[in-house]
Amino acid sequence: MKLSGAEIVCESLLKEGVEIVFGLPGGAVLPLYGAMANYPKLRHVLVRHEQAASMAADGYARATGRVGVCSATSGPGATNLVTGIATAQMDSVPIVAITGQVPRGAIGRDAFQETDVTGITLPITKHNFLVMEVEDVAPAIKEAFHIASTGRPGPVLVDIPKDVLLDLRTEFVWPDMPNLPGYHPPGAAPARQVAQAAELINRARRPVILAGHGVLISQAYRELIELAEKAQIPVITTLLGISSIPTAHVLNMGMPGMHGMAYNNLAIDQADLLIGLGMRFDDRVTGRLRDFAPNAQVVHIDVDASELDKNVKATVPVVGDLKQVLNQLIPLVQPTVHLDWIRRLDELKAQHPSLYIRESEELLPQYVLNRLSEVAGGDCIVVTGVGQHQMWAAQHCKFKEPNTLITSGGLGSMGYEVPAALGARMGRPDKTVWSVAGDGGFQMTMCDLATAVENNVDIKFAILNNQSLGMVKQMQDVFYDREYYAVEYSGNPDFVKLAAAYGIEGMRVTRKEEVDDAVRHAMEVSGPVIIDFVVKSDEQVYPWIPAGESVHEMIEEQPARGGPY
Amino acid sequence: MVQPANKGEQSASGPEQHTIIALVEDKPGVLTRVASMFRRRGFNIASLAVGRSERAGLSRMTFVVNGDMETIKQVTRQLDKLIDVIEVSDISTHQVVARELALIKVTTTPSSRGEIMQFAELFDANIVDVSTSSLVIEITGGEQKVNSLEGLLRPFGITEMVRTGLVAMVRGQESGIDLENLGIPPSANGLIRMDSGI
Ligand SMILES: Cc1ncc(C[n+]2csc(CCOP(=O)(O)OP(=O)(O)O)c2C)c(N)n1
Ligand SMILES: [Mg+2]
Repeated sequence: MKLSGAEIVCESLLKEGVEIVFGLPGGAVLPLYGAMANYPKLRHVLVRHEQAASMAADGYARATGRVGVCSATSGPGATNLVTGIATAQMDSVPIVAITGQVPRGAIGRDAFQETDVTGITLPITKHNFLVMEVEDVAPAIKEAFHIASTGRPGPVLVDIPKDVLLDLRTEFVWPDMPNLPGYHPPGAAPARQVAQAAELINRARRPVILAGHGVLISQAYRELIELAEKAQIPVITTLLGISSIPTAHVLNMGMPGMHGMAYNNLAIDQADLLIGLGMRFDDRVTGRLRDFAPNAQVVHIDVDASELDKNVKATVPVVGDLKQVLNQLIPLVQPTVHLDWIRRLDELKAQHPSLYIRESEELLPQYVLNRLSEVAGGDCIVVTGVGQHQMWAAQHCKFKEPNTLITSGGLGSMGYEVPAALGARMGRPDKTVWSVAGDGGFQMTMCDLATAVENNVDIKFAILNNQSLGMVKQMQDVFYDREYYAVEYSGNPDFVKLAAAYGIEGMRVTRKEEVDDAVRHAMEVSGPVIIDFVVKSDEQVYPWIPAGESVHEMIEEQPARGGPY
Repeated sequence: MVQPANKGEQSASGPEQHTIIALVEDKPGVLTRVASMFRRRGFNIASLAVGRSERAGLSRMTFVVNGDMETIKQVTRQLDKLIDVIEVSDISTHQVVARELALIKVTTTPSSRGEIMQFAELFDANIVDVSTSSLVIEITGGEQKVNSLEGLLRPFGITEMVRTGLVAMVRGQESGIDLENLGIPPSANGLIRMDSGI
């Protein structure tokens, strides 16, 4: 039977096991929407803004480990996807975006709603396709999913002209294999590299593991713990590596870097071996490279060869799928205790209690997140926005299971907190999903509250409302001598009334005593809830290594006025 | 000791020229992908030549790139990471045949024409166009040879020049760069394949 290009897209999505497509239609993609109406197994979730579609696909992918799918029309629809696509690219998240394009004959003529979306997204996708023949539709989608989900995952965009979607010339033929002669994601690593890595690990006296997103992506959580326990190596988790090992695990030290725990940065400073697992020595982790880990050799294991020696030169670089490599490595690692080193780190922790929340009558954001995590029980999914609240969530929330912190690390996309929570909850309806939102970021994407309400997606929103772009305000405070400019929101809406406008429950919390009850109540209510936590507005995130500096410039606590700067 | 590997900081080995060849799929947009990667990551292409290869549907690109060893390693890995790029090798340390072609239009006078033609002959170059006041000279050879002729002709007045950029090939049975350090096995046809998985 002959099918249209659009029907072939739908058939292909079903072959890939897709259940949900986040999107918003328009002229060029209309044939796809016409076809989707006849494929009830494909659930289309209609968003209010395409950025929500790409970010929901991202949240869905991070929560489930499966490919998230979004779609949009040509021109502005496609460009609205861009921030979400770039977010997924920076954090290695598998999403497939399907966009309609103007008909082939109109391409290149500046037709209505024509944009070169493959050109625009070229540097922010793992790969993209402009499908110019209907015969190529099914192969392109097969390849898109394969590329998105294997090796180091990432976003793939498939742009299809309207007349290709309408073309009714071919049958649906699903290729057995993707035809990608230039693409070979690595599996196990060469034995010699693994042996060298083991040798360094066995010789090390002050080793630390730096666990990144790769641990979660390759599902190497068991292996991470096995390696850490066997050789008693402390584990420091990057922002995206959080939840790869339970917070409560004795060897888990938490986050390093700009707003990481002081003792972790000191540990890295004193370590004689860094074992980088599926992480990329981002500048938020390393600070000034010249001063980073001056005493350490480096074992760096990553699936992406181009990450090795990119920022930090690896003593032993290992290319391979992390889970497989760890399974090769663990038998070669000798059981040890590193007693002196662990003791040294305990001392550092005692001397630099970075997570201390001071006594205060005021509602401190750290306090809110600490209580929220405690009351919610640590097995919910926490999705954050970007800014101070994000860092406090990374510092103060506790995680038990993999993939339960979902946050935009690499791109740092404000507005992520609403749509990513939507996607996460739709992917994991069995999990309580808390969106820890900034008042700034929340207002970037809150239009998609309507999408949550319409689809009865049960998200608990905790807005850490400091009436400002807190993170930027903090920087102005220190680097611009308290010259606050364009960082204060004096006209925020009443978020409780906003909740009412969307037909959901809203609460305002202004005092410490109310926090636990509000969180508990939100979890009892079925359906979305907004809690407006009106927190102290000039609280700052510490510890802090200002951008481009090193552990030597680390500021551990909020300085008295006229502090180091 | 942790060593930064970033381009911003001084590296032990100074800037060098490297010749890199890549086998790529002959698809629309491949050149853009490659060029975009170079631009985005701040790598410096001295020359780039593209053309059909011995295999249907595949093109071969020859790059001359400026940079130290660390930068070149990044260049080859980032190139190989592109889905449409099938194989990449840095052939700088190998026995290679490397050639480029240049067309040079030189101003002539009745008195200079003879001398110019003598230079052309010395360099095995061809005169491909003659007019009363100019000559077009076609020269093929290594970069040095073309540079030398260009230098000799410059005083006469070069009004137009076009150089193709280098194309290069490893001699005999030799293969590309040594990736042993990464432990990546050579691919079947002798060239080294860099599988980055991305
Ligand atoms: C889309 C976008 N625009 C601007 C920024 C720069 N930025 C980083 S944090 C921040 C403040 C965020 O404010 P809010 O969401 O209220 O979080 P807070 O820091 O107050 O907790 C800004 C503006 C960004 N990261 N993303
Ligand atoms: Mg704020």
